[in-house]
Amino acid sequence: MAEPALSIRGLTKVYGNGFHALKGIDLDVEQGDFFAMLGPNGAGKSTTLGIVCSLVQKSAGKVSIFGIDIDRDFAKAKYHMGVVPQEFNFNQFEQVIDIVLAQAGYFGMSRREALPRAERLLRDLGLWDKRNGNARMLSGGMKRRLMIARALMHRPKLLILDEPTAGVDIELRRSMWEYMRRINREEGTTIILTTHYLEEAESLCRNVAIINHGEIIRNTSVRGLLAELDTETFLLDLAHPVSDVPAIDGFEVRQVDAAQLAVAVHRGQRLNDVFTALSERDIQVVSMRNRANRLEEMFVTMVEQGNEEKAEAERGESRS
Amino acid sequence: MNSIQTAIALLTLVHKEIKRFTRIWPQTLLPPSITMTMYFIIFGNLIGPRIGEMDGFSYMDFIVPGLIMMAVITNSYSNVASSFFSNKFQRSIEEMMVSPMPNWVILAGFVFGGMARGLGVGLIVTIVSLFFTRISVAHPFLTVAVVVLTAALFSIGGFINALLGKKFDDISIVPTFILTPLTYLGGVFYSISLLPSFWQGVSMLNPILYMVNVFRYGFLGVSDIPVGWALAAIVTFIVVLFAIALWMLESGKGIRS
Repeated sequence: MAEPALSIRGLTKVYGNGFHALKGIDLDVEQGDFFAMLGPNGAGKSTTLGIVCSLVQKSAGKVSIFGIDIDRDFAKAKYHMGVVPQEFNFNQFEQVIDIVLAQAGYFGMSRREALPRAERLLRDLGLWDKRNGNARMLSGGMKRRLMIARALMHRPKLLILDEPTAGVDIELRRSMWEYMRRINREEGTTIILTTHYLEEAESLCRNVAIINHGEIIRNTSVRGLLAELDTETFLLDLAHPVSDVPAIDGFEVRQVDAAQLAVAVHRGQRLNDVFTALSERDIQVVSMRNRANRLEEMFVTMVEQGNEEKAEAERGESRS
Repeated sequence: MNSIQTAIALLTLVHKEIKRFTRIWPQTLLPPSITMTMYFIIFGNLIGPRIGEMDGFSYMDFIVPGLIMMAVITNSYSNVASSFFSNKFQRSIEEMMVSPMPNWVILAGFVFGGMARGLGVGLIVTIVSLFFTRISVAHPFLTVAVVVLTAALFSIGGFINALLGKKFDDISIVPTFILTPLTYLGGVFYSISLLPSFWQGVSMLNPILYMVNVFRYGFLGVSDIPVGWALAAIVTFIVVLFAIALWMLESGKGIRS
């Protein structure tokens, strides 16, 4: 069986100020996977990826990239990785072409080999016309694409994207998704991404790990996770305002505003029953939509549950 | 990395560093040239004739090696300090950290870049000095060796300063409050034989004195201190500081959390 693209065992990080960012996490990402790491801010996603890319020093644990232990041969492991960080981390005063060529040089690629590669990537990512311009003159979306081009220069087998579409407009975000899908599908590049856009994870990724308070609280397939979804909330826009919340047997109904209701529908319940009950009360529905995307709903529930458990544990500790 | 890949990585970094300081030449190459021209005019041309001879040479001839060395020292140091710190500040140092480049290549790349600027400015100052005096070089090999080693030493110093620095102020403290006074008191403008014996003893604790004197010896064939001893001290400093800088890089000081 092929070695996982990324294998993490007992990864722990305690920062100098005593903050326990990672509490011994285990994680495997198979080759060719499109993998999402989700979690609220400060959950430990960026710390995990920072350790994998050598930007953060681990306190304990093992990390292997395509079977190469980073403690034994980090340089060899780095050949297989391309990294797109959350923050812009290039010299803003350098030319676009110089930034990507320098990165190739750091990986030992000759200029003769790097130039056509740079042209192809910059063309693919819509930056070829900007190649001789200063990086600081690029828009936010272009800067993100520049970091993707830079990360792909040495043909990595594993691409790590830390919130790659943060601050990118919808149209551009979708074109970046398409590009990422393409390199995953056609070139077999394993992709790990962290994102706050859960729609992004739902749309792109096959597997997902949810991190909270430095621990992995779920590690499963996106499809499997969605199958576990028990409740979906629908927003119903009404033709006329209502003064009271109509009570419907077996359903939780909430009034969002005078002309909008939120109805929680559990697995096995029928939406038809809601519409029938509303029609009986002469309430007409003109349109309907999900309150949020499905993964987001589940993510929020899990994180809130985790936070409550943590608070409960802390209360228990302070009592004892 | 194999040796060819390592060489490509090193050349990439050196090329990038040279391109950086040549791109901003009005900030990096022009000011020291103008400052040194002022020194030549004021101290060499206007005040020099009233001072008379120093160690058997005209005052202008005496100060030329010292001024070249001063330019090399300050430019080598400040190039690496500002470039590496700027990479830290903009986080572009991460481009190197995620690559398989060994740490010694990162250190050497910045040091060669600093040396290139220091020696480049030194060459400019030398050319400017030709407008004021005729230069003769008594020991060419020694002269070149000393200036190259000094540029290397202060480039490494600038690198350590940038690694330790947390804000831009931190990389100007050492050049302003340590390097400049030591350079001025390092025998650039006078022979320490003019000093009372106590201050001669104090001056001997100044490492820059040795570099200026050996360099002057290379030009004029006269020195206040033993040449072999000074060369050994410079090489020792280079080895020790390189080891410290490399250890700091390996342990992630100032760049990894």
